Amino acid sequence: MNTAIAEIQPGKPILAMDHISLSFGGVKAIRDVSFDIRKGEIRAIIGPNGAGKTSLLNVINGFYHPQEGIINYKGAKRNDMKPYVAASQGIARTFQNVALFAGMSTLDNIMSGRMLKMKVALPWHIIRFGPAEREEIEHREFVEQIIDFLEIQAIRRTPVGRLPYGLQKRVELGRALAMEPELLLLDEPMAGMNLEEKEDMSRFVLDVNDQFGTTIALIEHDMGVVMDISDRVIVLDYGQKIADGTPDEVKNNQNVIDAYLGVAH
Amino acid sequence: MAAAGATDKTEYDTFPKLLLRNADIFGDRPAMREKDLGIWQSWTWKEVHEIVKNYAHGLKKLGLKAGDKVAIVGDNRPRLYWTFAAVQSLGATPVPNYQDSVADEMVFVLKHAEVTFAIVENQEQVDKVLSVADQLPKLRKIVYDDDRGLQDYDPKDLHSFERVIEIGRKEIEKNPKLVERWEAGFDKYNGSDIAVFLYTSGTTGRPKGVVLSYDNILISARNGNAFDGLDEMEEVLAYLPMAWVGDHIFSYGQSYTAGFCVSCPESRETINEDRREIGPTYFFAPPRPFEIMLTQITVNMEDASTVNRWLYNYFMDVAKKSGEKILNGEPVPFMERVKYWLGELFVYGPLKNQMGFSRLKVGYTAGEAIGPEIFSFYRSLGLNLKQLYGQTEAGVYVTVQPDGEIRADTVGKPAPDVEIKIDKSGEVLYRSPGVFLEYYKNKAATREAKTKDGWVHSGDAGFFDDTGHLHVIDRAKDVGKLKDGTLFPPKYIENKLKFFPNIQEAVAFGDGRDFCAMFINIDLTSVSNWAEKNNIIYGSYQELAAHPEVYSMIEEHVREVNLQLAGEGDLAGAQIKRFLVLHKELDPDDGEITRTAKVRRGFVGERYKPLVDALYDPKNYKQHISTEVTFEDGRKGKLEADVEIRDVQSVDVPEAHMQEAAE
Repeated sequence: MNTAIAEIQPGKPILAMDHISLSFGGVKAIRDVSFDIRKGEIRAIIGPNGAGKTSLLNVINGFYHPQEGIINYKGAKRNDMKPYVAASQGIARTFQNVALFAGMSTLDNIMSGRMLKMKVALPWHIIRFGPAEREEIEHREFVEQIIDFLEIQAIRRTPVGRLPYGLQKRVELGRALAMEPELLLLDEPMAGMNLEEKEDMSRFVLDVNDQFGTTIALIEHDMGVVMDISDRVIVLDYGQKIADGTPDEVKNNQNVIDAYLGVAH
Repeated sequence: MAAAGATDKTEYDTFPKLLLRNADIFGDRPAMREKDLGIWQSWTWKEVHEIVKNYAHGLKKLGLKAGDKVAIVGDNRPRLYWTFAAVQSLGATPVPNYQDSVADEMVFVLKHAEVTFAIVENQEQVDKVLSVADQLPKLRKIVYDDDRGLQDYDPKDLHSFERVIEIGRKEIEKNPKLVERWEAGFDKYNGSDIAVFLYTSGTTGRPKGVVLSYDNILISARNGNAFDGLDEMEEVLAYLPMAWVGDHIFSYGQSYTAGFCVSCPESRETINEDRREIGPTYFFAPPRPFEIMLTQITVNMEDASTVNRWLYNYFMDVAKKSGEKILNGEPVPFMERVKYWLGELFVYGPLKNQMGFSRLKVGYTAGEAIGPEIFSFYRSLGLNLKQLYGQTEAGVYVTVQPDGEIRADTVGKPAPDVEIKIDKSGEVLYRSPGVFLEYYKNKAATREAKTKDGWVHSGDAGFFDDTGHLHVIDRAKDVGKLKDGTLFPPKYIENKLKFFPNIQEAVAFGDGRDFCAMFINIDLTSVSNWAEKNNIIYGSYQELAAHPEVYSMIEEHVREVNLQLAGEGDLAGAQIKRFLVLHKELDPDDGEITRTAKVRRGFVGERYKPLVDALYDPKNYKQHISTEVTFEDGRKGKLEADVEIRDVQSVDVPEAHMQEAAE
């Protein structure tokens, strides 16, 4: 297995999925799906409920291990990977259901995204002394930039459990950004939001992509959002890929129209 | 610094000259602060001088000339405040704009002022200016503060603040003599020259560009400093729009004259927290934020533990009884003082700390009438909250309340150097060193507003009471007359009623009629609460509104308003003689009030004409009315009701006067 991590040029695939199949017992969640994600693009994954979208994200960040197929991430082939390894190699994600530390403040939640970047040993951090203090200041500065970027200064010290849903989603995005990811996986970042919150979130997703050059793969149900912000879209139905292309191509694809309008299988 | 304030009147008569002075005498004191990435950054007067110097040379290199107009658009940011001084140091004129105005509104001001440069906060404002750039033939350059999202814009005529500073620094490096020439240039201008254009927000018609001279602003600012004893040790938080005259005087004029530090909040949402951290000694807000804070405190106290709640209630009663008296320096029994001191320890102190008012020396509220209870609440905590009345055309100050003469229902006495007279129609006229030069490119409006000998028509109607305090009652054009010639200010009377929590809306009639009569809307939340406590059973809004006991309660409120009116000189004749409680809420869907909750008096009068007629028919005590209503889903229906009308005894003048004086 080749473990060397290469620097990927923009426009070249950062991640390639080759004939991936995943099943849980007799249930086939993903069947023979192949696609790639190019560096610097916004790649949307859409499909009806239960189509296997979240499973696919879970495969990418190593939470599920596919029975068949090969994943090529930044030039290194693998078929399984532990989530923390994925994280240390620059894959960050947010979840369909907000998965933050509800009792901790916004600041601490985002700070937790810096964990992997902390080098100084735990004992030093416990007494917050010398190198540990310097390291914390350094990371705090980065976190403050994210807070500024996401315009959440006003809730810096608020426990996230007390925040409205839309803001929690934003904090979750902040925590993922704190990892300085190369590939950011967003699982339904706009679910349950009102129009204004969706517009804000779309803006932030575009800004992240624009300012930091982060590659983004996102699952989203709101077709308007998907067609507006993504560069390429892949459509899943019953675990199979039924279309792949630019938003316009996908929109006019007969298979997609059938899947969404519910043609008998 | 009182001595300096008195002597520098002639010498330091423009902002650039004041900047040099401040860098000299307050050099290492903070001039400006801003919270950035969670940390308060500060700049001393010396540093501000250095930045403004480089900035001005950069702008000059980019082509800014004397006589140019420069738009400033954005939230309160240090760099935008420095833009004022930098622009003025080159003999150009800053034109601040309201940052929330949409491009279409903004373009009017930018075009009218013929701006050549626009200095803006961020991408949002850059986009706005660019979207109307084709209508602005004179616009040459845009400078922005925050570069986020602007990397891919065409950099030809678009410059970041940092770049302008860099250009300026290089210019000075190449030719250090420039600085001397720049400073010598300050002497070309003096107090009578134009300092700034402030466009009035234009609720009626198009915005007008109020041209203010350095003297207008600096004399007003110095008078304000002297009036409240403000010096270089003050702390203020700049959070009101920079285009508004109030902020221009408080955060720029008074800061430069007194030498105090101005802090800019981190973002618009963090103002409360930032205020807590800064602890301003001098603060200004319209009534609304004070209302919100009080509601917040009340709600929090309801959730508090029993002990805390008991402490709060007990000590708030103490404060109510003697807090204001102590603040006003009136005699208070020793035991009361001890209780108040304990209250300060347990309740008032922590409360003030929570609101960020621990160090407050003086606070002002203006713009609208503030509810007397809200006003007393803050004052009883020992906060010196006062009211003032001002206008852009006056360089803010027209009247202010001197310490020890604070009342919720007046706007105070004429401010230092201000003369006031009331003309026959009841309109307030004033004359002062703060009075504006003219409306820019609008001679007709200038002539209309300002007489040859310098008196300005405020457009507001008011009167002086026996203590020499001014009461502003309404816009002059809205004030009517009863048949016998008594002044009838509808909004003023309505507002008095609306201060009662049980009354949501009130509509006064009386112009050209025999007496003043009222429509009243009950406040459902508050009255239903009251009904529950008093075991009053009702099935609907209509039933509650028509309940005899509700009527009696409202009658009590009306009588109280009459009592107040009786003590207000000429207005004694405008007491409410009859009223009715409307069977339905006035609703924007029915066009009865505007979306911003202003009553459309004329329309309501037409729509409920049978009820208005009944109010003026002395024998009619019950009137049937049928109105068409629009439901929320757009369907229409008919609402029928028999509405009761009640007489109210008016209050005799002398008796009422005694009572009011005793209050």
